[in-house]
Amino acid sequence: MAQMLIANRLIDGRVVFRAADGNWVTDIDAGQLIDDNAVADSRLADARTDESDNLIIDPCLIDVAALGAAHEPAVLRESIRAHGPTIAVER
Amino acid sequence: MYRYDEFDRTLVSERVAQFRRQVARRLTGELSEDQFKPLRLMNGLYLQLHAYMLRINVPYGCLSSAQLRALARIARRYDRGYGHFTTRQNIQFNWIALADAPDIMADLAAVEMNTMQSSGNCVRNVTADHYAGRAADEIEDPRVWCELLRQYSILNPEFSYLPRKFKLALTGSPHDRAAVAVHDIGLRMYRDEQGRPGFEVIVGGGQGRTPAIGKTIRQWIEPRHIILYVEAILRVYNLYGRRDNIYKARIKILVTALGIDRFRELVDAEWEQIRATGPVIDDAERARIQACFAPPDYDRAAAGDDPSPAAGISDPAYDAWLRSNVVAHKVAGYAIVNLSLKAPGRVPGDLAADKMERVADLADRFSCGELRINHRQNLSFVDVRRRDLPVLWRALSTLELATPNIGLASDIIACPGLDYCSLANARSIPIAQDLSRHFADTDKLQQVGSLTINISGCMNACGHHHVGNIGILGVDKRGAEFFQLTLGGSADENPSLGDRLGRGLPQADVPAAIERIVDAYLALRGDDETFLQTYRRVGIEPFRAVVYEPQGTTRQVA
Ligand code: HEM
Ligand code: SF4
Repeated sequence: MAQMLIANRLIDGRVVFRAADGNWVTDIDAGQLIDDNAVADSRLADARTDESDNLIIDPCLIDVAALGAAHEPAVLRESIRAHGPTIAVER
Repeated sequence: MYRYDEFDRTLVSERVAQFRRQVARRLTGELSEDQFKPLRLMNGLYLQLHAYMLRINVPYGCLSSAQLRALARIARRYDRGYGHFTTRQNIQFNWIALADAPDIMADLAAVEMNTMQSSGNCVRNVTADHYAGRAADEIEDPRVWCELLRQYSILNPEFSYLPRKFKLALTGSPHDRAAVAVHDIGLRMYRDEQGRPGFEVIVGGGQGRTPAIGKTIRQWIEPRHIILYVEAILRVYNLYGRRDNIYKARIKILVTALGIDRFRELVDAEWEQIRATGPVIDDAERARIQACFAPPDYDRAAAGDDPSPAAGISDPAYDAWLRSNVVAHKVAGYAIVNLSLKAPGRVPGDLAADKMERVADLADRFSCGELRINHRQNLSFVDVRRRDLPVLWRALSTLELATPNIGLASDIIACPGLDYCSLANARSIPIAQDLSRHFADTDKLQQVGSLTINISGCMNACGHHHVGNIGILGVDKRGAEFFQLTLGGSADENPSLGDRLGRGLPQADVPAAIERIVDAYLALRGDDETFLQTYRRVGIEPFRAVVYEPQGTTRQVA
């Protein structure tokens, strides 16, 4: 399965994914799928640089499946991070 | 309500200014995350699954309508329009931006609220009976002691780096509504043989991965001694509590390891030393605090109001509400009214900003501008004239806050679980929603009677599953959410930890399993027996049988 970099943005804590151009985006479908382990490691090193540059915190690689244009994390926890709570919010 | 004095105001506003500088230094990179994290945690700011989460202290659950309005404004302006009331009588916001946190804290300070010590290895928000000062069965209002303990423990340098977090709970009533036996220290008031009020001191209770019912370290102590006695306990814990293993760092582990008798010897030796020389509570200061909790000017004529349940209205829904949500008040003609945050299908403890404002208006109109948060994640108005009950009921009904289920099966405690919490194994909220829909029928609820169902999304037990009559614990089984049931827990004055029923169940099977347990109880119960009483009489086996051998159900319990 492909991998993707996930983190929280420092300034507001929002969940972000690393896009191919190196930007951090909130839309998982715009995040870069990485198939190669060596590439994944080097992207993770880039992410750690972004972390020391105070853009993001807690970067890590997660397993993500591609369903057409949509990207879906393999694990429920990361899916909830990507899409928000599974419940309707109180109004 | 306690009102800040000059000292409190200065302390809190200096803290806000300090945190503002710390956040600025973090955002410019002057502070690294490793340096900053302990600072933000000291101010109740966590990083959760979706954003920062801010935990705001509501000391012993007492809130004014002005404070609730401020929380509503914060929810709308800085969050997504709602907040979550917790089992520790606090409120949490889930979608906070780091850059906004200092402004939020300033808004809180303006209404005499703060987030200090709502996280970290220090003395946390002191909790209490949510009916404190008003319950008909109460001996004395414990809040003066709660407030003294709060002041004593806030920024106390000796106790800002304990081995682990520390939670205190107090009740001024022999009937325990504050779960004091599952706190690091629980104080329960009762009268000794001479009729003098004092506290039983219970130590080493807790939930989490190693649940424990607290042990009585002192049968009875005069209230004026409790600050120093608590200090003696904290000192022994600070000295001997384990710092090498986070899972063994709570005081319950120390009390179990030493045995309560040895632990008591150490505490008493410490106490003997400090009681002679330690600080005494200044009478004037105590009187100032006591005056903050003076009851309102009750209308004595209210005693003549018709107290009969049906006065003024005839509607079975109203009668059900009176039975389960309205509680006896100390003063004739008045009542305590619980607002249920557990309408069928709702998220336990969540409340939208608009509703917060409507509730604040109702508190002004019907309950002297104050309300309480209780550890079962509901709200209470504690000074309602009985005469106003019908009007209040109608107003609460339109807000979906009058579900007649307090203490009944659909009044479910649920922690945020995997929908919000970074430590979770499984989602708690959807289970609570399913079950509350399942028990939506008022007749069925009343038929089943007193039953607490508590759900935690992991073994940290924030949702009190160990002390639910039925406890539900989320576990992770190879990436799938499973739920383990426990039966027979109780957090009142006869506390017990639940017993594990058996292997975990997938989420889809939980409502049916609960249904079978409840049906088995209905078939087994004696006259007027509650679920807990039946469970204590018959034990776990009949329940195990109906859950794990359902084909035998009818034969075994008929
Ligand atoms: C969402 C962020 C939260 C985190 C990270 C968190 C973390 C924890 C942890 C690690 C423990 C175990 C402590 C131990 O065993 O030493 C714990 C216990 C507890 N938490 Fe939370 N919790 C969170 C939310 C809540 C909420 C929302 C509530 C109230 C509904 C709550 C109330 C409690 C209670 C009552 C306990 C058990 C008593 C105890 O042993 O301290 N927590 N929490
Ligand atoms: S019990 Fe676990 S899942 Fe629930 S709030 Fe506590 S830490 Fe999170």
